[in-house]
Amino acid sequence: MLKITDVHTYYGAIEALKGVDIDVHQGEIVTLIGANGAGKTTLLMTVCGRPPARFGHIWFDGVEITRRPTFEIIRLGIAQSPEGRRIFPRMTVFENLQLGALTADKSGFADSLERVYTLFPILKQRADQRGGTLSGGEQQMLSIGRALMSRPRLLLLDEPSLGLAPMIVKQIFRVVEEINRDSGVTIFMVEQNAHLSLKLAHRGYVMVNGRIELTGTGAELLANEEVRAAYLEGGRH
Amino acid sequence: MEYFVDQLINGLTLGAIYGLIAIGYTMVYGIIGMINFAHGEIYMIGAFVAVISFTILGLLGITWVPLAVLVVLAMAMIFTSVYGWTIERVAYRPVRASFRLAALISAIGMSIFLQNYVQLVQGARVKPIQPVIEGGFVIMERADGFAVNVSYLKIIIICLTLFLMVAFWRLITTTELGRCQRACEQDKVMAGLLGVDVDRTISLTFVMGAALAGVAGVMTTMYYGVVDFYIGFLAGIKAFTAAVLGGIGSLPGAMLGGLLIGLIEAFWSAYFTIEYKDVAAFSILVLVLIFRPSGLFGRPEIEKV
Repeated sequence: MLKITDVHTYYGAIEALKGVDIDVHQGEIVTLIGANGAGKTTLLMTVCGRPPARFGHIWFDGVEITRRPTFEIIRLGIAQSPEGRRIFPRMTVFENLQLGALTADKSGFADSLERVYTLFPILKQRADQRGGTLSGGEQQMLSIGRALMSRPRLLLLDEPSLGLAPMIVKQIFRVVEEINRDSGVTIFMVEQNAHLSLKLAHRGYVMVNGRIELTGTGAELLANEEVRAAYLEGGRH
Repeated sequence: MEYFVDQLINGLTLGAIYGLIAIGYTMVYGIIGMINFAHGEIYMIGAFVAVISFTILGLLGITWVPLAVLVVLAMAMIFTSVYGWTIERVAYRPVRASFRLAALISAIGMSIFLQNYVQLVQGARVKPIQPVIEGGFVIMERADGFAVNVSYLKIIIICLTLFLMVAFWRLITTTELGRCQRACEQDKVMAGLLGVDVDRTISLTFVMGAALAGVAGVMTTMYYGVVDFYIGFLAGIKAFTAAVLGGIGSLPGAMLGGLLIGLIEAFWSAYFTIEYKDVAAFSILVLVLIFRPSGLFGRPEIEKV
């Protein structure tokens, strides 16, 4: 479904991605783990064309999207809950969700809204509150909810657990699994919490310094010595 | 009292015109964080389109006033929209990724270019038109014969401005386009990630601001009966003052700021010295920048992350 081949991305003269190959198949949850600064967020943003890859190719459902403008890529059925959540602080929760549905068919709005409110009931209570007044966990829920409003086929999640209490992290991971299982949304997720995300994912990739170093099923990576030493031992919550 | 009411009406009329221009400044600042110094020139072009259109309509024999005014308003809005769109494309978009001062310098250059362009093609002399809407009625009269005369034209200017402001406010707060504009104002990267065509939204913001300035230009032409290539400078800076007074980036702020500047100017001219009315308006700019840089409705620059 998402095919990334030999992608290089630059910030000015700095090469952030140094030839990345990743495949995400229809219906999967794929997780990408790696240390801070490895290029995980850059990869998700490159998929959305911000910044576009300088070399290499990205295909979504057989369509090359490598150098398309961001809004066109999004309209093909990709949604992202980005790093830092990026809630519009001076708009209400409801308006944030409305914006999420921008590229979706208008007739499905009520359904999508109902589904998001079922997944995250707190958002319904907070509907008229400004985004900037929400707590971190609520903002994360809104960010995922907003991404779902477009009825995406591929959902990109950037560190959904960052800075959240363990209880909230569990809730969010449960919802991610539910979205994937019940609605068939393919999920490509970047995570620091290697333990939880590898347990959830069908497959995983390990990124080091802008390159993919290791790949395998979630269980394989969890059992891998190097992965354990680098990302799990001492890092477990 | 009669004199006061008379000046109040003058001030509101003037303030309505400033308010319409100020909206363009504040919206552009909101969405791309730059002061569009060529905006006053758009207003001047609107005024020129009005003079030319009224003249052509007169030659064609279309003298039924409501039709003529509507046609002129439409022409002015179309022309100024095209100018607004083009200015953004040629002067601002290419330097948007550059440092902030680049866009500002580009804007000042554009402003000088447009002034000189109009001066070249239209001549430097003042262009008059015949009064289009005449008449009015007396609402108060003093014993010594001083009458407060409210002209139909002033009523039309104030009502049309109110209508446009309400319509505009609705557009920004309730429509999808308005939501996209506010999204771009708050976070362009995220807006793009939700499928907003950010470049197109910015273009439309320029078009909308320019169309409102075009309407203000038509009103000025009808109100004063004369235009020249230089009117955009002063009106532009006053409207900018209005936008700063209201809080740059804030739509209600621009509307209220415009009215306040109009009123201050009218009352200053009436009770103090008319020669110094511009000093009064610009003193406000200085005072606001010193004591309350965020204006009446503005947000302070620092924000919680």
